[in-house]
Amino acid sequence: MAKNISFTIKYWKQNGPKDKGHFDSHQMKDIPDDTSFLEMLDILNEELIEEGKEPFVFDHDCREGICGMCSLYINGTPHGKTERGATTCQLYMRKFKDGDTITVEPWRSAGFPVIKDCMVDRSAFDKIIQAGGYTTVRTGAPQDANAILIPKQDADEAMDCASCIGCGACVAACKNGSAMLFVSSKVSQLALLPQGRPEAAKRAKAMVAKMDELGFGNCTNTRACEAVCPKCETIANIARLNREFIKAKLAD
Amino acid sequence: MWLFKSSIGRKLIMSISGIALVLFLTFHGCMNVVAIFSKDAYNQICSLLGSNWYAILATAGLGALVAIHFIYAFILTFQNRKARGNNKYAVTDKPAKVEWASQNMLVLGIIIVLGLLLHLFNFWYNMMFAEIIGQPTMGGYEATDGFSYIQQTFSNPVFVTLYVIWLIALWFHLTHGIWSSFQTLGVSGHVWFNRWKNISYAWATVVILCFLAVALAFAICPDSLGNISGKVVPFAM
Ligand code: HEM
Ligand code: SF4
Ligand code: FES
Repeated sequence: MAKNISFTIKYWKQNGPKDKGHFDSHQMKDIPDDTSFLEMLDILNEELIEEGKEPFVFDHDCREGICGMCSLYINGTPHGKTERGATTCQLYMRKFKDGDTITVEPWRSAGFPVIKDCMVDRSAFDKIIQAGGYTTVRTGAPQDANAILIPKQDADEAMDCASCIGCGACVAACKNGSAMLFVSSKVSQLALLPQGRPEAAKRAKAMVAKMDELGFGNCTNTRACEAVCPKCETIANIARLNREFIKAKLAD
Repeated sequence: MWLFKSSIGRKLIMSISGIALVLFLTFHGCMNVVAIFSKDAYNQICSLLGSNWYAILATAGLGALVAIHFIYAFILTFQNRKARGNNKYAVTDKPAKVEWASQNMLVLGIIIVLGLLLHLFNFWYNMMFAEIIGQPTMGGYEATDGFSYIQQTFSNPVFVTLYVIWLIALWFHLTHGIWSSFQTLGVSGHVWFNRWKNISYAWATVVILCFLAVALAFAICPDSLGNISGKVVPFAM
């Protein structure tokens, strides 16, 4: 049975990257606790519009945990305190209590400038992918699935790395503004498979160079990223990227 | 050069200089323990490491390592602050798996440098430096009489306290630093991550206990230490 909760929501308002920004707050009344967090924000916006106020801007798309667009820093945790392995859109109001104050902030990192309120520009991630997160191998017509043998363990590990949805929570959580968990996951998903090996060295160098050029920080292994990653990526990926990168540079 | 120009390269500099310093500390810690048992043996090590060309060369190398590690600590931290940006979160919630040390390496490092300066003043200045400038008894004892300098230093409770604070900072720095440097080198993964982490804690604890044992033993019972006497001849010089 759903029960209703009332709480205060403090949400970040900011007009573009240069604006200083500030918090506004709003009293939410009798919200059923089976409402999703984003539905709750929809209700907030309807109430704001009714009051003649500007609605609160936040990012979202699929609302089913697979696109990586939703990106809210809720009560000090990227994506909020979901069961790990879930994004903001998979957070439900039953995780909160009657009378709570819920603080909603954008990803705060120099690599992700604020577009408006809690919507940030994460196109830096696209640029990193464009630098090398693909294969140019001509695969020709589809071949028999068993033609290239891939150990189950490698296939599973590659799939786990590929499940990174590029949400940016890792960067948001990192005191160094480092994008290493994202980049290492995207390097790993290909480095682990035979189809990705021919360009592995080139890819690792190109993606790290782009990441550095875009101003992301130097990873100091604090593990804040893996603690908040909705797809449970681990720093084993970062070790793999370090290995790929160092090997590639030493071979030059 | 990629070592200086890429983030992973800069981390590699941090990692390799860090490991080299850990190896040195391990040797230094083992060497110190000798003082608890034998004044003769300890002072013999001191004279072996006096102002010979190889000892001076090694000391210069160590100084360079500390300088590199120190400079890169500031370069990395400066770049990371910039990458993080100026906007602070209003609410933060540190996940349990994030070690405190991992987020405070620079502060711990600065404490370590201050301790290092004190240490150089207490020992190196009166020992190697005194020999180099040709005034071997400058500090009140023979330059090779490390044992007496230990006794003198730790008879002062202020120094004992400062050294204990220093060692605690070093312990925290190492518990994160050791596994972090292997992670940076890329020799880690799902299995080795936990192994390196346990090795870090064990290694840091053993090394720090070696130093702590000497400091505390000399603070508590300076006169009953180092009594095993006789000439030790480790190898013909
Ligand atoms: C004898 C002294 C020291 C030893 C044995 C030592 C050892 C280490 C090791 C092994 C690492 C890990 C490297 C890595 O993460 O790849 C490290 C990191 C670090 N050290 Fe030291 N260190 C010492 C002194 C210092 C000093 C004097 C500073 C200066 C302020 C310092 C600042 C740092 C910082 C900021 C890091 C973190 C960098 C990172 O994780 O990438 N350390 N240290
Ligand atoms: S590694 Fe995790 S936190 Fe980082 S972008 Fe990918 S899914 Fe998001
Ligand atoms: S909106 Fe697509 S993952 Fe949340």
